[in-house]
Parts: sequence; structure tokens; C-alpha cells
Amino acid sequence: MTESDSFFETPSPTKYKGIWSWLITMDHKRIALMYLFVILFWFFGALILGLLIRTELMSVGRTIMGAQTYNALFTLHGVIMIFLFIIPAIPAIFGNFLLPIQIGADDVFFPKLNLLSWYLYILGSLFAVSSLFFGGPPDTGWTFYVPFSVSTKTNVSATLTAAFILGMSSMLTGLNFITTIHRMRAKGMRWLQIPLFTWSLYATAWVQLLATPILSITLLLVLFERIFAIGLFDASKGGDPILYQHLFWMYSHPAVYIMILPGMGVISEIIPVFSRKSIFGYKAIVASSMAIAIAGSLVWAHHMFTSGMSDVAVFVFSLLTFIVAIPSAVKVFSWISTMYKGSILMTPPLLFSLGFIYLFSVGGLTGLVLGSAGTDIHVHDTHFVVAHFHFVMFGGTGFAFFAALHFWWPKIFGRMYDFKKAYVAATMIIVGFIFHYLPMFILGIMGLPRRYYDYMPKFETGNMLAGIGGYILIAGIALMFFNLFASFKNKRDAEADPWGGTTLEWTVPSPPPLHNFIAPPEIKDYPYDFSDVIKKFKAESTG
Amino acid sequence: METHSDTKGARLGMWLFLYTEIMLFSGMFILYAAYLHKFPTDFIEGGKELSLVFGSVNTIILLISSFSVAASITALRKNSRGLAAGLLAAAVAIGGIFLINKYFEWGQKIHHGIYPNAPALVNGPTGENMFFGLYYVITGLHGIHIIIGMVLLSVCLVMILKNRIHSGNDGILENCGLYWHLVDIIWIFIFPLFYLII
Repeated sequence: MTESDSFFETPSPTKYKGIWSWLITMDHKRIALMYLFVILFWFFGALILGLLIRTELMSVGRTIMGAQTYNALFTLHGVIMIFLFIIPAIPAIFGNFLLPIQIGADDVFFPKLNLLSWYLYILGSLFAVSSLFFGGPPDTGWTFYVPFSVSTKTNVSATLTAAFILGMSSMLTGLNFITTIHRMRAKGMRWLQIPLFTWSLYATAWVQLLATPILSITLLLVLFERIFAIGLFDASKGGDPILYQHLFWMYSHPAVYIMILPGMGVISEIIPVFSRKSIFGYKAIVASSMAIAIAGSLVWAHHMFTSGMSDVAVFVFSLLTFIVAIPSAVKVFSWISTMYKGSILMTPPLLFSLGFIYLFSVGGLTGLVLGSAGTDIHVHDTHFVVAHFHFVMFGGTGFAFFAALHFWWPKIFGRMYDFKKAYVAATMIIVGFIFHYLPMFILGIMGLPRRYYDYMPKFETGNMLAGIGGYILIAGIALMFFNLFASFKNKRDAEADPWGGTTLEWTVPSPPPLHNFIAPPEIKDYPYDFSDVIKKFKAESTG
Repeated sequence: METHSDTKGARLGMWLFLYTEIMLFSGMFILYAAYLHKFPTDFIEGGKELSLVFGSVNTIILLISSFSVAASITALRKNSRGLAAGLLAAAVAIGGIFLINKYFEWGQKIHHGIYPNAPALVNGPTGENMFFGLYYVITGLHGIHIIIGMVLLSVCLVMILKNRIHSGNDGILENCGLYWHLVDIIWIFIFPLFYLII
């Protein structure tokens, strides 16, 4: 294996060179990298928007912006983070790169469709940007609740179109992954020999297919309302605004699992590698992924306890919400049990994973506070909700994304980064994160509503603390990416298996060659068998 | 990348896609169900105003077109290319007739002052406003799907004539045919909900 054989040097199709070898490539690895850079761009943008919001909230009254700008910023922060970052981040980048390799295939089943998904993503993001400059940025929040989203004069239509197109992109990616997993596994890989990251993508893909069309039609209907004023959600014309909320959450709650399941898959890969121990409860993790996908589709109305529903419905949805907590907890227990009596090797990806487990647990448990109807009435639409979903989405998926970046960075780019800076960055991110979001729980219980531009003086201390935490958090993220990008100066000399992993991606060179495998992959009976890894490390330490 | 000739896989992908289409329409059927429950009498009144003749004719010709697409695949497998192409062309033509019918039907309604946000609807019974609102949205989206289906079948037709699709390679035709059947079956559900509810 020489350096020039990697996928960076061999374009596919071979006839194109330079920029075209990327823009019209069919190679899943190149498409994954194109996703990486576009998604990072949006992530940084939305981070800055978030920081501006929190800066505005640091003191009572006007701090740096007016109320309309504030409304536009939190809407765009939500839309970009949800539709352009969290939903595609792990599946589109790491899923695209690793799923075919993990199952021993040379590409996804529909390579052209894969490229089309990327272009749909770009098109959707262009619509999102255009709403910034034409007709006034949207001010509805990312939930587009009627009747405001129909009556507001700002350019909500462009944002709706953006979300519609991005939904299509995400759906096609899911379709591609399911077909790939069904049809392209290497000979000898049965269902219970598939690595857990791929399993989590499989469960995610089903939720993408199941739920996204409902969002598409709902957003389309709002768009029609804005153009034709049919009145389907307009109470004065016979429509029912609550129905909009049902339809919206029918997608958007399962979407929460689209966001978190791939993150859980990442953690399930990282924990056993650095515990040098087989994952505890492989089948339980697989089953819980599928259980989350199914049960998570049946809990949407817990977002609407205060919107007006029958008591029976409230009771049923509250109960179902508690049931979803079980498979999530099964996973947490499996990760902890994997580490129990393992020989733990501390590395940056493991530190991020530990952060994930802790922060996700806090997020999950506070979710139960919101899921039980009684307490929800008290904290509904307060900062408590904001803190809860940021613990799950950012502390969960965000941290899994950072962990995945550090775990697979040497595999993708063939370069290792500096560990010391990575540790400092991870610590700053975790500390800043807790400082940033913990005060919001307390503010929420005290009664500070979310999305408000201004507040009473008694909330100022908490908001000030949250703002300071936010700056620490952002500084940590900046250091982390600086450190990762600084690795491009290093020589491309990462080993095929720098960590001691057992899944197939660690058997191919870093970065992988165009067709992923030089020789047909050897499929192990069980993907997390560490006996060879331990033997290898023992031999190294004694010899 | 090497090209796959795994028609089973391609068909799986197509079925998954059709599934998303069903979910798309089911979102609107949920709206229909909710509003039917809320305004049963207004929906019945609304149904009486739609022309049963137009609806029935469209249903029958769409069923015929589905048959001709299915027959076209069989013809292709039996190596009668001309017949396959002819049947496919017939299906596309029927799609066109369906749309023309729809055009006249909509035109008639609009002429009578029944269209989204029309004064007659907004000031009339609220349930009828919902009924016709859903009627326009659902049949409109279905019409768009008919157009997409016609484009797909036309592409297949050209590919058959250029011998790019033949008895050994009929996966694309089969998948496009599946799409056409889906559009047909969605209409089978739309028809009773709007025309037969009296």
C-alpha cells in the first residue's frame, strides 16, 4: 500500500480531475467529506448565532440587538442546527464514510442517489440562507407553529421550502442505507454480525423513512396556506391549529431519535475499543435501537400537554414517553457494564464518550420530568425545556459527533492530532457546557419562559452565568477544531488501526483506498472480539 | 465504482421510496379523517357537488392504464418490443386524458366560485370549506404525481425504443411501473373519499 492509492488520490469516476473529481464523484468517502465541510460551515454559523442570543440575554433590556433580530436569530439557530447540522451530521458524514466499510462493501447501493442527496442538501441550505436576505428573516421558531407562521410577514416560505428539500435529502440517505445494509453485506456477515454503529444507522434510516414524509406534507400545507389561504389550520375557516401541532410532532419527535440514535451507535463503537472488552449486551443494544425507533414514533403528543388534549390522550402519551426511556437506559447500562473490569485506555474520543454518557443521562432523566404531564404543565415552554433538549441534542449527539471526529479522524485523513490539546479542549467543552445549560434548568423552574427577548431582574444572575459558560464552551470548541485542523500539517502516517479496533474499518489502510478493501474482507463471527487485540498489545509490551 | 445489476436491491429501494409516498399522502388522509369527524354533514353536502361521472371515468381509465403498464412489462419479457412500447404509450396517453378531465372538472368548480379562499366557501358552511380545501390539495398533489409518473413512463418508452431497456434488463421499467401503480392506488382511495361520500 503506497500513499498514492488512497481515495484522495484516485478519483471516481477516474476521468475527472481537480474540483470536478469531488463535485461529481460517486465515491461514498468523497461525498462524506463534502458533507463534512459543508456541515461544519453551518455548525460554526449556528454556534455564532447561539452565542449572540446568549450574549443578548446576559443582561436585562437591550444588550446587543433588537427584539425582531433576536426572534430571527433564535429561529435560524434552531433551523440550522436541527435541519443542517444534527440530523445529517453523523449519518451523512460518518455513516456515508463508514457504513459500507463496516459491512465489507465497496460503496453504498445507490451511489448516484447519494450524490443527489448531497446536492439536495446544498439546495436546501441555499434556500435557508436566502430567507436571511430576502423578505426578512423568519421569526417563527423552528417549529413553524400556525397561525403565526401563516400570518407573519417575514419570509417563512423560503425556510419551509428549505426544510422540505432537506427532508427529501435525509429520506434518500435513509433509503440508500437500508438498501445497502440489506443487499451489500460481505459474504458471511449475518444480521447479528453487523457492527453497532451500522445497526444504529439502520434503525435511524427507518425512522427517516417513516417520519420525514409527514413533515414534508405538513410544511407543504403551511406553504399552501401562505399562498392560497385555504384555511386548513385556520379556526375561523373551520380548520384546527392543534392538528398542525400533531402533524408537526408526528415527524419532529421521531426526528429526535434520528438525531440521537447514530450518536448512540458511535458511543457503542468507542467504549468497547478503549475498554479492550467486548461490548456488554450486543443483542440488547441492537434490540433497544429498534425499540427506540418504534416506540419513539408513538410519543409525539407529549410536546402538546398544554395545547389542549383529552385527559386520556395525555395519560397515554405520558405513559408511552416513559416507556421510551427504558431502551435508552438499557444502552447506558450496557456502556457502563462494558467498562466494568475492562482495561481502560484514556484517549480523546473516550473522554468525549464519557462526557456523552454523563450529559445524555442528565438530559434523558430531565426528559422524564417533561414527559410526566403534571410537572410538564409547570415547566412547559420555559428554559427548563431549552436546557433539557440541549443536554440531549448537544450533550448527546453533539458530543458523539466530537467523539466520532476524534475516533475516525486518523482513519479518514490518515493523520493523528495532538492529544494534549484535545484533552484541554474536551475539558473546556464539558465544563463550559455544564456552566452554560445547568443555570437554565433553575431559570426554567423559577419560571423564565423560552424565546423571550427580555426578562425580570431576578433572572439576571442565571442568564449571566449561562452566558459566561457559553463563552467557555465556544472557546473549547474553537480549540478542538484548531487542533484537528492543525493535524493537516502532520505527515500522513496514521496506522491502519491506531486504537486497537475490531470492526472492519480498522483492517483497511488509513485513508482507505478507492474500493475500500484490497483483499476480500475476513468476517469475524463476532464483531467485538478483542482477544487478538489484547494478544497484540501484550506482545508489544513484553517484546 | 462497479455497476450493480442487483434488480432485487433496486426494487427494495423503490418499495422504500413508495412507502415514503404513502406516508406523504397519509398525512393528508389524517386531516381528512379529522375534519370528516368534525363536519360529517358538510362533507356529505360537499360530496354531492362533485361530479360522479368525471370521477368514475377517471377511475376506470386509470385502472386501464395500470393494466397496460403491467401488460407492457410482460410483453417486453416475451420479447415483443413493439407491443410493449405501444402499451406504455397508451398508459402515458391515458395519464394525459386523466389530467384533461381533471382540468375540466376543476375549471367547472372554479367557474361556480368554488376555489380556495373563494368568498362562497369562506362565507358558507365551514365544513364545506374544509372539504373543498382538501379536495384541491389532495387531487392537486395527486395530479403532480400523475405528471411525474407520465415523465417516468415516457423515459422508459424512449429507452425501450433505443433498446436500452430489453427483456434482459427490465428493472427500470418495473420500478417506474410500480410508481404508476402507486399513483393509481392512491387515486383508488381518493375517489371514494370525495366522490362516493353521499
